[in-house]
Amino acid sequence: MTLDTREDIKLSNAQIAWRAAQDIEDDAYVNLGIGFPEMVARFQPPGRQAIFHTENGILNFGEAPPAGEEDWDLINAGKKAVTLKPGAAFFHHADSFAMVRGGHLDVAILGAYQVAQNGDLANWRVGSKGVPAVGGAMDLVHGAKQVFVITEHVTKDGKPKLVDTCTFPLTGVGCITRVYTSHAVIDIKGGRFVVREKLAAMTMDELQAMTGAPLHTDGPVAELTVPTL
Amino acid sequence: MDKTVGSTADAVSAIPDGATVMIGGFGGSGAPIELIHALIDQYQATGGPKNLTVINNNAGNGRIGIAAMIDAGMVRKMICSFPRSSDPRAFTDRYLAGEIELELVPQGTLAERIRAGGAGIPAFYTPTAYGTELAEGKVIAEFDGRHYVQERWLKADFAIVKAQLGDTYGNLTYNKAGRNFNPLMCMAAAVTIAQVSRIVPAGDIDPEHVITPGIFVNGVVEVAHPQQEEELIRAGVAYA
Repeated sequence: MTLDTREDIKLSNAQIAWRAAQDIEDDAYVNLGIGFPEMVARFQPPGRQAIFHTENGILNFGEAPPAGEEDWDLINAGKKAVTLKPGAAFFHHADSFAMVRGGHLDVAILGAYQVAQNGDLANWRVGSKGVPAVGGAMDLVHGAKQVFVITEHVTKDGKPKLVDTCTFPLTGVGCITRVYTSHAVIDIKGGRFVVREKLAAMTMDELQAMTGAPLHTDGPVAELTVPTL
Repeated sequence: MDKTVGSTADAVSAIPDGATVMIGGFGGSGAPIELIHALIDQYQATGGPKNLTVINNNAGNGRIGIAAMIDAGMVRKMICSFPRSSDPRAFTDRYLAGEIELELVPQGTLAERIRAGGAGIPAFYTPTAYGTELAEGKVIAEFDGRHYVQERWLKADFAIVKAQLGDTYGNLTYNKAGRNFNPLMCMAAAVTIAQVSRIVPAGDIDPEHVITPGIFVNGVVEVAHPQQEEELIRAGVAYA
């Protein structure tokens, strides 16, 4: 049986990032993982200004400078050139990860290969081949008050990414609090997936069919609405 | 007191075969390219040092810096968190051929292990990596209902770092996010050599602005216009 993954209605990556950005409060201290999560910074609601942290020792950095104006001692964890905002600070790596593990960040947002219903995350490698590289992923999942995942709801070949138990190597145990997908917003609460929002154009049964573990509700499920981006 | 060293060649000349060497930087930011290249020059002239264990966040990029050390065959083992880069060929080829050893350490754990090494703390507990393959074989303990992994300090025979200003007492300042691992590595090595953009007389760095106090630094060498790894990579430079 081929799973209907409702590719026809799914949100774009920008829309997933936009939706996650709506839940970041003004003045929050936030770490965005390398790659897709970095996109969240573009979609802060007007009037809100989060302070972004990067593992290599900057608080309150901003967008990339124009080409040709890069300062290669002013980069983010993805080794891309950034700029500073007023009120920025530099610090060494041990202080940087004290901010992470010490519970000083409000939000960390990461990508995922798999998220399990108990909050386990797998996002650093998919097998034992090649060169393993972990970076700060295993640190970032510990300490932030909320750890969000943004992800497609299913893999490119239609397999669930929200699963009963992760089959890929773990990044952290029981660490994820909320998942923003291409089709829904789902909290992880008491070892269960609890649906908060879903696209109006699909049914709960359709969402369940795309998900590798039981979905629950503990109140009304709101409509997941995002702008055209 | 005068910790000034005359040349990058002199600065690295005492590093022997088999040494454990911490190299500062995060990618190219804060990386002591000139000291690394001086070490490669020494190897090419004398056949040593080789069989080095290198500690850095990454494992080199392109054909310069740590990647050029690996290409030259000087490195036996890398201890790092992220051995990938825009051009990771040097490490990847040797690793997949079984010619270089890798100890993969989560980035925050790597930083804290180095800090602990410099601070005289032989081990500590961290939540990082609990329940993952990187915690296999390690001591686990429960504190206040959560599980933590015991990690050990990391020390080195030598550290080579990049700073901005250095004075004759070895006090250092850094340039922006080029700070990263450098201050930690200064603390954790038996001998620390810093390349700085400018050496100034003692007293010229405001004590309020010193980031690494000179007690952690053994030698300071001036490299007035340091190269940036990122620019060398974009220019396709190979150091051989």
